[in-house]
Amino acid sequence: MLEIRNLEARVAGKDILRGIDLTVKAGEVHAIMGPNGSGKSTLAQVLAGRDTYQVTGGTVTYNGHDLLALSPEDRAREGVFLAFQYPVEIPGVGNTYFLRSAVNQIHKHRGEPEVDAVDFLALVRDKMKLLELDESLMTRSVNEGFSGGEKKRNEIFQMAVLEPKLCILDETDSGLDIDALKIVANGVNKLRSKDRAIIVVTHYQRLLNYIVPDFVHVLSAGRIVKSGDKTLAMELEKDGYAGILEEAAEGVGSR
Amino acid sequence: MSWPTWLTEIRAGAQSRFDAAGFPTPKLEDWRFTNVAPIARATFHASTNGVSHAAEFKHFFFDHAARFVFVNGHFVPSLSSSQGLPAGVYAGTIQAALRDPAQAKVVEKHLARHAEYKENWQSFVAQNTAQFEDGIFISIPNGVVVEEPISVCFIATGDATAAFARVLVVAGDNSQAAVVETYAGNAATFTNAVTEIVAGANAIVEHYKIQQENAAAFHIGQLTVQQQRDSNVHDHSVSLGGRLVRNDLHFILDGSGAEAQLNGLYITGGEQHVANHSRIDHAQPHCPNRELYKGILTGKSSAVFNGGIIVRQIAQKTDAKQSNKNLLLSDDATINTKPQLEIWADDVKCTHGATIGRLDDEQLFYLRARGIPEEDARGLLTFAFANELLGRMKAPEVRERLEKAVRAKLDSRLGTQDSAREGL
Repeated sequence: MLEIRNLEARVAGKDILRGIDLTVKAGEVHAIMGPNGSGKSTLAQVLAGRDTYQVTGGTVTYNGHDLLALSPEDRAREGVFLAFQYPVEIPGVGNTYFLRSAVNQIHKHRGEPEVDAVDFLALVRDKMKLLELDESLMTRSVNEGFSGGEKKRNEIFQMAVLEPKLCILDETDSGLDIDALKIVANGVNKLRSKDRAIIVVTHYQRLLNYIVPDFVHVLSAGRIVKSGDKTLAMELEKDGYAGILEEAAEGVGSR
Repeated sequence: MSWPTWLTEIRAGAQSRFDAAGFPTPKLEDWRFTNVAPIARATFHASTNGVSHAAEFKHFFFDHAARFVFVNGHFVPSLSSSQGLPAGVYAGTIQAALRDPAQAKVVEKHLARHAEYKENWQSFVAQNTAQFEDGIFISIPNGVVVEEPISVCFIATGDATAAFARVLVVAGDNSQAAVVETYAGNAATFTNAVTEIVAGANAIVEHYKIQQENAAAFHIGQLTVQQQRDSNVHDHSVSLGGRLVRNDLHFILDGSGAEAQLNGLYITGGEQHVANHSRIDHAQPHCPNRELYKGILTGKSSAVFNGGIIVRQIAQKTDAKQSNKNLLLSDDATINTKPQLEIWADDVKCTHGATIGRLDDEQLFYLRARGIPEEDARGLLTFAFANELLGRMKAPEVRERLEKAVRAKLDSRLGTQDSAREGL
């Protein structure tokens, strides 16, 4: 589904990604971990098409498309979804109107008819229950006045409604208490399927107790320095990033 | 029309004031950014014609309640209706009210008594006072609540036509009412409008002014609101049309606890110029007032916001908050924004702030990342900026009408900016 080859990106003249290689197949869940400043969020934002990051090298192929050539909206319509680390508040734009527009853009793209208000409401109710969100949030403006936890749950709620093919979760677990974390994880797990790939970007291993990944990658200074299965995350939990990074540095040196 | 003696005298005085002052020039500090030379240079004529065109403007009317239509300053009974007015409420032309002894007394007490014209910069008010032919008088007795908004539509037709609009609203103690003024037109007309509102003790008044005249039209308006104790006046001013538009607002909070909320929205494109100047006079203690004016500017248009607040020495515990926010959507648009605070009391809260900016990149990216095309996302965020003010309108029919008008205006501005001339 997703092939990232030697991806390099910079922001404000500073190199952040220095050659990322990653292959993600449908049905897989990949966790990308790493210390602060390693480039995790940059990778997530670059995949979604944020233009503040300048891609300076490499390729990203998504279901046969050159992903980097697509606008953010086209990526979304092709099934790429970024759950934002910091969902922005948009006063004056109603949640219901916004989400229904998003759904209909995707339907339009697939040549499907628009969803009518009644069907949309039914869909929304169902998914709100899944994320244990209060229905009154739908009558408010996008993210406006939401608590931190509500914002994160709202991202996963949108993901559940939009049913993307490639889900990228950018530190969705940061700042969540254990109850909210379980709700978010449950929402994500419900979306796991053989047609869908999920990339979980996280700083903490804790989330991976609930969303069990097939692969874990450690990102450091803009490169993936180690990959493995879920036991790698546990190793990180035990030894911290320092041990892994040292080992990786030795590995690079001895080559 | 033969006016009563008191009014004849006032009009003669106003005419000499206007003759002495002439049209304001940019040399006057208050008119620095608004040059009315195009009005002064041109010759505008009063017109008794145009009534036959009035039906073209039906989409500007509000149908469900009492409505009064004027064309070029003259009342059109065939398009008007006083349906649904509660007993005791008077709504009719100023001329008719002057023929009715009971109403004439109230008119004499208030008409041309509140909107000032003694200073040179107020000469348009002098001109209106001297030259208006008719207008609307609305009187709500003490304790009466009028559920439906009373609407007044002033239509200006025919190039070079001068139309004088005059409104007097007297809301008795403990009364409640909403009044909607709509200005529409089809040509390079000149409208000079003066509205006086008197809100009695504990009265609640919602006032709307919707300016949707032709893109070649000139519009100069004065709103003067006299508020008694514990009255509550919410004013909504929306400027969409016109080539050169100037709104002056003067609120006198003349009783303790009087509250004024001023909401304003201006959307300009092409070479439009819209100026809003407000003056809020805190003449008594404990008066809260909130002012939010928002502008969306495109093309080579320009706008002015001048927010004056005067806090008199006795007006302790004044609580005033003023904000002017602008979205500049083109490199050639200009905004001049200025707070003007004059505070003579020492225990007061007065805040003001102005912002000038563009659409927020993070918000734009968030919408696009959910599949909404960039153009739509821009439109959505721009409308949301305006919608904060529409959301404050309590009358649903007015809010819905304006949502459509604002969307239409934004579409014409954001899509093809050259279509600015088409007007609305």
